[in-house]
Amino acid sequence: MALKLPIYMDNHATTPVDPRVVEAMLPYFTNQFGNAASRNHPFGWEAEKAVETAREQIAALIHASPKEIIFTSGATESDNLAIKGVAEMYREKGNHIITMVIEHKAVLDTCKRLEKYGYQVTYLPVAKDGRIDLDDLRRAITPKTILISIMYANNEIGVLQPIEEIGRIAKEHKVLFHTDATQAVGKIPFDVEKFNVDLASLSAHKMYGPKGVGALYVRRKNPRVQVAPLIDGGGHERGMRSGTLNVPSIVGFGKACEIARAEMPAEMERMRGLRERLQNNLFGRLDEVYINGSMEHRLPNNLNISFAYVEGESLLMGINDIAVSSGSACTSATLEPSYVLKALGVGEDLAHTSIRFGLGRFNTDEEVDYVADRVVETVTRLRELSPLYEMAKEGVDLKSMQWKTD
Amino acid sequence: MAYSDKVLDHYKNPRNVGSLPKDDPNVGTGLVGAPECGDVMKLQMRINPQTEVIEDAKFKTFGCGSAIASSSLATEWVKGKTVDEALQIKNVEIVKELNLPPVKIHCSVLAEDAIKAALADYRKKRAPAQQPAATPAD
Repeated sequence: MALKLPIYMDNHATTPVDPRVVEAMLPYFTNQFGNAASRNHPFGWEAEKAVETAREQIAALIHASPKEIIFTSGATESDNLAIKGVAEMYREKGNHIITMVIEHKAVLDTCKRLEKYGYQVTYLPVAKDGRIDLDDLRRAITPKTILISIMYANNEIGVLQPIEEIGRIAKEHKVLFHTDATQAVGKIPFDVEKFNVDLASLSAHKMYGPKGVGALYVRRKNPRVQVAPLIDGGGHERGMRSGTLNVPSIVGFGKACEIARAEMPAEMERMRGLRERLQNNLFGRLDEVYINGSMEHRLPNNLNISFAYVEGESLLMGINDIAVSSGSACTSATLEPSYVLKALGVGEDLAHTSIRFGLGRFNTDEEVDYVADRVVETVTRLRELSPLYEMAKEGVDLKSMQWKTD
Repeated sequence: MAYSDKVLDHYKNPRNVGSLPKDDPNVGTGLVGAPECGDVMKLQMRINPQTEVIEDAKFKTFGCGSAIASSSLATEWVKGKTVDEALQIKNVEIVKELNLPPVKIHCSVLAEDAIKAALADYRKKRAPAQQPAATPAD
């Protein structure tokens, strides 16, 4: 089969919508266009029924009850709702929140805003493998702690946090536990009961569903969790999130969850196989390549590699028929290299050379081989151009050199 | 980000890639930037001591496409110029030639710095006695 270019291998950014999901959504744009909140005619009933089916499909994937699913516009809104909603609702109890330095900006920036309003936030560090130390977490908890917000899988390095242990610690201390599970749900098993999760952020477009729809799981018993709404209005979603429901997208989200649930064991195996193929190919043919973060505790579809002495943006430029991401400063809006890699203790020199490969449902062996060939070829070419590679080969210790910076 | 055709051309076909013997008294070497900043340029020139004409120039760059293009262009421009003429090259001319966007202006600054550093190295090698050793860098 001929390869179709460009190749998409950036599935942590977003995923294509599965054709089966599109098919499920289509009727809800045209014939079944009703408002799920219309209680007095069949158009409304049909829409409501479709939304409730989706709620069941989503709940089933994460072992929750359908009533615990609150629809939002996506994971960013879910993170905001969970953290700000808990902060407001439990203000009497305390003003302390614990999170982690490698959270997504939707969590970090939300916490920073709360700090302006008098909340105190502890940002737990991570070790070189990208995981928090559970003793750090235990030590950070105070009588004023109302929320622990720690993601399950990281969006850059795919590293998984010890979620079950975190859930247990939170429960022991009677502190609510929110997890941004955006990258994990639909890719690996996620169980709100087993993990003692009280709130979880989900997004459809990271799991072959449409963009613009997500959910917040909010526990209803043991304990019954309440969040103050960010958006007031018609009292939809049990008052926690007003606004007419985006029925076609919610239907798609539900279908995406149903597919993920049915196909997850096989898909996880396939992702691991593709990743191993990519990793072996790259490591077999290039020297001085380094994996960022734990390989043991990691999403099966993620590979984040630093190609020493080759700047990330120039590498992306050389493999312009392949869609991947870089932690290089030049590719970010802030002109700073990845804060996630920095938190792992990856030197800025290596952070500039990092590439994130995000494998997905529609990638093939042939695509992986093509990507590996192109990366090897481009890294080899750019190293011939790199004064750092030349100096390293001559035995110059780059770390001890005095670099002239302005 | 969209790159200009000229940046793409220099990236795909960089001119004068390589190294000159850095201990040669007629070769000036400039190494500017830092790995932590994501840009390092090494620019070398072989100068005819009689005429002060730059007879050869080579570069190696670690950095984005614009950094590679800026240093590649710099080697093209300095060849055939005298030392004094090469010192007149300004980063804005590189920006203009390569159509660099504002976020990439520092790449052109680095290329200008690399030319100046290489020529300063050459001058230091040629006339070590005339250069007081204790002169501060700036």
